[in-house]
Amino acid sequence: MNSIALILGLPIAGFLINGLFGKSLPKSVVGWLGTFAVLASFVIALGVFNDLRLNPDFQNGLNFKLYTFLNVGNFHVDFAFSLDRLSVMMTLIITGIGSLIHLYSIAYMHEDEGFYKFFAYLNLFIFNMLILVLGSNFMMLFFGWEGVGLCSYLLIGFWYKNAEYGKAARKAFVMNRIGDLGLLMGLFLIFHQYQSLDYNIVLPKIADGSTSVYMLTAISMCLFVGAMGKSAQIPLYTWLPDAMAGPTPVSALIHAATMVTAGVYLIVRCEALFYLSPITNNVIMWVGLATSLLAAFIGLKQNDIKKVLAYSTVSQLGLMFVAIGCGAYTAAMFHLATHAFFKALLFLGSGSVIHAMHHEQDIRQMGGLKAKMPITYITFLIGTLAITGFPFLSGFFSKDEILIAAFEHNKIVYILAVLSATVTGLYMFRMFFTTFHGTYRNHHHSFEKVHESPWQMSVPLMVLAVLSVLGGLLNLPKYLGEGVSHKLAHWLAPILPMAENHSEISHSTEFALLGVAVTVFIIAFLYTRFKYVSRNAVPESDEKTPYLGKLLVNKFYVDEIYDTIIVKPLEMCSQIVDSFVDSKIIGGFVSGISSVLLKISNLNKRIQNGNIEYYLTFMVIALALFLGFNLLF
Amino acid sequence: MLNIFQSLDISHYIYLSCVLFCIGLFGVLFRRNAIVLLMCIELMLNAVNLLFAAFSEYMGDKDANGQMFVFFIMVVAAAEAAVGLAILVMVYRNTRKTDVSFLDSLKD
Amino acid sequence: MHITNLPLPFLILSFITILCALYVVTSKNPVHSVLALILTFFSISAHYILLNAQFLAIVNLMVYAGAIMVLFLFVLMLLNLSKDTEPVKSNLWGVAAAISAGLLLVVITASLQKSGIAVMKGNSPEIGLVKNLGRVLMTEYLVPFELSGILFIAAMVGAVLLGKRDSEKQDLLQQNDVQENA
Repeated sequence: MNSIALILGLPIAGFLINGLFGKSLPKSVVGWLGTFAVLASFVIALGVFNDLRLNPDFQNGLNFKLYTFLNVGNFHVDFAFSLDRLSVMMTLIITGIGSLIHLYSIAYMHEDEGFYKFFAYLNLFIFNMLILVLGSNFMMLFFGWEGVGLCSYLLIGFWYKNAEYGKAARKAFVMNRIGDLGLLMGLFLIFHQYQSLDYNIVLPKIADGSTSVYMLTAISMCLFVGAMGKSAQIPLYTWLPDAMAGPTPVSALIHAATMVTAGVYLIVRCEALFYLSPITNNVIMWVGLATSLLAAFIGLKQNDIKKVLAYSTVSQLGLMFVAIGCGAYTAAMFHLATHAFFKALLFLGSGSVIHAMHHEQDIRQMGGLKAKMPITYITFLIGTLAITGFPFLSGFFSKDEILIAAFEHNKIVYILAVLSATVTGLYMFRMFFTTFHGTYRNHHHSFEKVHESPWQMSVPLMVLAVLSVLGGLLNLPKYLGEGVSHKLAHWLAPILPMAENHSEISHSTEFALLGVAVTVFIIAFLYTRFKYVSRNAVPESDEKTPYLGKLLVNKFYVDEIYDTIIVKPLEMCSQIVDSFVDSKIIGGFVSGISSVLLKISNLNKRIQNGNIEYYLTFMVIALALFLGFNLLF
Repeated sequence: MLNIFQSLDISHYIYLSCVLFCIGLFGVLFRRNAIVLLMCIELMLNAVNLLFAAFSEYMGDKDANGQMFVFFIMVVAAAEAAVGLAILVMVYRNTRKTDVSFLDSLKD
Repeated sequence: MHITNLPLPFLILSFITILCALYVVTSKNPVHSVLALILTFFSISAHYILLNAQFLAIVNLMVYAGAIMVLFLFVLMLLNLSKDTEPVKSNLWGVAAAISAGLLLVVITASLQKSGIAVMKGNSPEIGLVKNLGRVLMTEYLVPFELSGILFIAAMVGAVLLGKRDSEKQDLLQQNDVQENA
């Protein structure tokens, strides 16, 4: 119980101290304070994890009720938290990667004037994210959900002096708000149906199968809309690439490792609900697949190092949703974890490059950096190999599990998912080779000045690289031995009562699928190596890209389409409302009232003439009337 | 002197003080000279004093409370007159007027 | 009880009191007002004696008629306001003031009509003597008595402060006066 309070309390304490006093504290104190607050949470969470693992009494996790938050009629919401197997996993990811990224930020943000603000926001984010995963009811989840949205907004627009960044932050906020509306509707429906928002009450009631499938579908669709917004799925994904306006550690922490996976967490948490609504499952699967493919193709033609990673994130999230749609919740969580490792690594690596290049993000301006930045190079290579599915790295296992689940579920989905994986390999290696191999192409910033980053930045890179390599150990496939395999699946089994154990396919089929995956990886690797290393090609500038490429460069014109079909009509409506309804009707009404009042007060003004005789006279008359009134009645 | 009161009752004194009080009040409302205003206030205070003394007599029982009140009202009236006149002198010094209808800076 | 049945001393005194009070209010010359007010106070003192409040009667004469009214007179002389300088108010104001004051009078007396008429019990003549009052003052009313001392000090300090000349400013004002007169 106390450990939950500590896990939550330390980051918020860090936020308060840094936020209130950070301005007068030295930078080193601010940075280390923020880092240790999260690191201490991580250590405590590790302790809880150990308890959960070893102590059978803890099977249902820890519960901690702070106080009753709302008590209206039959609507009870507690400010309560529970630490079970799923949330401890999320907590470990959040605080673990969070503390690494805090450490990294000490060096990365060192020059920034808003240093203390940055750490305060980061701590606040960690706090909100922990509330999201630790809350024991949907209301807490919603709290955290909104809280991380706010922090995301604050951090995307961290360099608010740049108007473009501010716009990006607003876009993220608005897009999320659309999703949040869905989530809220879902919560309303849940309350309407079950008179409670507590997981422990709602989920068993869903699982007992008494609710009609229409209701379940409606609820799950609403929740999925919320997940779409947070986890950047079609059609609400456009904010995530723009969110790269924020500082790189933010992209790594919020927009790759933790916040964007909140949607996946939500669905896994409500596994019973989604398991019982097949229509939603199908929708999730196809939406995820479409997102994955679309984002992967767009990533092919992006030249901003962070944009590539952003689209890659969207694409990988899509894959997670495919896994969920296929009913492979463990695979989704597995991929969530490994993706957190290698994507955080890649983002931090890109941050290291950006730092070295003095905020140059265009990969066409880079090249040949491996000579100058060995640590970044090696760790980035590991991250790239992990995401593209190099055998026996973490991404290989997690992605394969998803592909196998897809294969079992639907062959077409499988083929498309493999296509997405191929494209992933293509754009990742394209970026990797253009950045680190070939010749240096920047003329503004001399090659000699490029430098390796300080230890605060390289240590997180190395730790994450190790995690990216070994992340697969979490959930090894069966063919590597019965004893070591499927640890994560066993771990999460109590949380996922409905999910079936889907290992009916034979080992030979599984090996065939592995062969496909490895082949795809090799093709992608060889093609990009031939193109960008041997022939030393440089991605052409946006204007020269022909036909299909142009479509990709412009991100399928999705932003433009949204602008035309949603923003423009809305603006027109607003203009009509503004020019007629607001100024004529409402404005006329309001200013009419005010002008009438003005006239009345002009009349009244004469009464207050400062002459004491008037006042006295009125006082006497009032007194007489008052007494007379008493007398008569 | 006791024989007087056999035919007098408290209401006569009440009427008398009410009339005095209202005359004072009328003066406060009607006059503009600040000194006369102060005098009218003294008149009103005296009306109340008279009433206190009458009620003291009315209550009987060797009760001196009413007379004590008169005493304290006199104290306050003396202090009030001193300060009021000082203020008046000050106002006259600054404005060369004692007419209250010109003292309308409360308006602002 | 008809008015003619009332004891003569009370009637005469009341008549004088009200008459003088009216003159205070209506006289145009402030000095006349002060003199009329002194007369009023005398008659009220006589009422006190009728009411067995001998000490109050003397104090009333000394404090009001003696000290306060002399202070008023003194200020009038000082400010040279003895002439009929007061601008007369419009009749409308007189009517308004009379109406409001009269309204209050009517209301108060009307409310008295409701209460029953009670004959005064009368007090022993000793009650209003210095000896008796002094004892009450020094026992029951000791704290208010001391507090009124503090009030007097405060009033005195206030009056001195207010009356003190702000030398530079005053010189300037007086110069202006001299110029105006010249």
